Amino acid sequence: MVWETVIGLEVHVQLATKSKLFSGSSITFGAAPNTQANIFDLAMPGTLPVMNEAALRMAVKFGLAIDAQIGRKSVFDRKNYFYPDLPKGYQVSQLDFPTVGKGELEITLEDGSTKVIGITRAHIEEDAGKSLHEDFQGLTGIDLNRAGTPLLEIVSEPELANAKEAVAYLKKLHSIIRYLGISDGNMAQGSMRCDANVSVRKKGATELGMRTEIKNINSFRFVEKAILHEAQRQIDIIEDGGRIVQETRLYDADKDETRSMRSKEVANDYRYFPEPDLLPIVIDEAYIESVRAELPELPNAKRERFVSQYELSEYDAGVIASSRQMADFFEEVVTICKDAKLSSNWVTVDLQAVLNKQDLEIEDSPISAARLGGLIARIKDKTISSKIAKTVFEAMLESEQSADEIIESQGLKQVTDSGAIEKLVDEVIANNPEQVEQYRSGKEKVFAFFIGQAMKASRGKANPEQLNTLLKQKLKA
Amino acid sequence: MALEQSDVEKIAQLARLDVDANEAQEVTKRISSILELIDQMQDVDTKNIAPLAHPFDAIQRLRPDEVTETDQREYLQSIAPATQDGLYLVPKVIE
Repeated sequence: MVWETVIGLEVHVQLATKSKLFSGSSITFGAAPNTQANIFDLAMPGTLPVMNEAALRMAVKFGLAIDAQIGRKSVFDRKNYFYPDLPKGYQVSQLDFPTVGKGELEITLEDGSTKVIGITRAHIEEDAGKSLHEDFQGLTGIDLNRAGTPLLEIVSEPELANAKEAVAYLKKLHSIIRYLGISDGNMAQGSMRCDANVSVRKKGATELGMRTEIKNINSFRFVEKAILHEAQRQIDIIEDGGRIVQETRLYDADKDETRSMRSKEVANDYRYFPEPDLLPIVIDEAYIESVRAELPELPNAKRERFVSQYELSEYDAGVIASSRQMADFFEEVVTICKDAKLSSNWVTVDLQAVLNKQDLEIEDSPISAARLGGLIARIKDKTISSKIAKTVFEAMLESEQSADEIIESQGLKQVTDSGAIEKLVDEVIANNPEQVEQYRSGKEKVFAFFIGQAMKASRGKANPEQLNTLLKQKLKA
Repeated sequence: MALEQSDVEKIAQLARLDVDANEAQEVTKRISSILELIDQMQDVDTKNIAPLAHPFDAIQRLRPDEVTETDQREYLQSIAPATQDGLYLVPKVIE
């Protein structure tokens, strides 16, 4: 039996506002417990919500970026449930009239092809606090700093066909929210969280299978693993003659498995109703246009521009454009060295390797765009060879010096004086009569030996093309 | 619309209200009479009236994104039954 997986993702993105959704409390990450939880956040009687304009603006900005319908009138609702980290006894969310309606996101698959994934909606809601279950004299500790933090919940259509597509979707979403500056998207700190709705069906079937919801997935890698695991679990059950139960499951990264979150309560019944403490939010055309005017160039547009303006390959352009920070860095490097292809290679290969190794983001790069541009400029004007450039690059990692300073102080300048190179070539030929004989008798492979010897003698500084030409001439003679 | 006693018991449970069987019978009657009033209102023809999300026909005013609150933890925790290390303590919520 061939099975196919159907996945829909619900992604919670923490909006990068300074204050909470409905109160003036700060939302700085890592503050001491409850120092950012004030009377409104604690649901003291008599307090009322006042909506944060920046949260609305960020939601609209996201909506415009995914070409979505913007709700001209959005309405907040109460989602009622009891949990100690939710002091009001309800979460304020948007049920029937979300700020962002239907939109779409284009994802790039591993083979380079693209697929458009529908986004059902994105609504604004408030976050809950945190429960700490370590032992506090047998009690649970509650930190309400996070309570009331603005979230945007982005719900996709069930159009993702496998775990890899789900990861591609999540990465694209991550890239867009960072481009827009509406969230830092930090999954480890919980500013981007993902729940996955997973079902399986026989290949070609039109009806969806019974789905389960996996919660608590907090990295790109875990999304892939959790989905793979859950789809296989479902297939095993069905093939053994069983049935899938609609339920919420928790992904356990340590054991690489999902397990049921059994609830002793009656099935969730949130009894949504319109939040009487908040009036509808009405957005007019002028507001939407003012937000549109703030939109930056988005990843797809940037990728296309990089292909046409710099003649980069689709692949390289896509890698660089996936992060706004990397794209800005790249363009600064190009401006300095005037060679897009070399810049692209150095940024995506050499520099990226260093960043990966040191676990750094490009904005914290040990080599600035100005210094890297300076290095590439010296390759381009043939002051140094690509090989020597690697040596200079290594030296740059260890110091704050510019490429020029390193080239000067270490005497790495490429030898282009043809007289000097000729002298080198003559020496190498004179010192290796045996190999010269071999070469002249047709064993052309020996040529590499001469290049190696000459390069060694010049400590890697001889201009390779000149060396090549001169060696060939002299060996023929 | 009549309400069954089991509906009342379910609503009470969701609302975490302790309503015993005798009370439930009484509450069922009372809520049902409120629902009768709603039934009467349902009869009014509202075909040409747009639904309201709020009784006031007004729109929400927004506030600028500014931090206006200061840390008042000490004061707020002085009225809490139990605290430790800055946390509010509540009965254990997981088993």
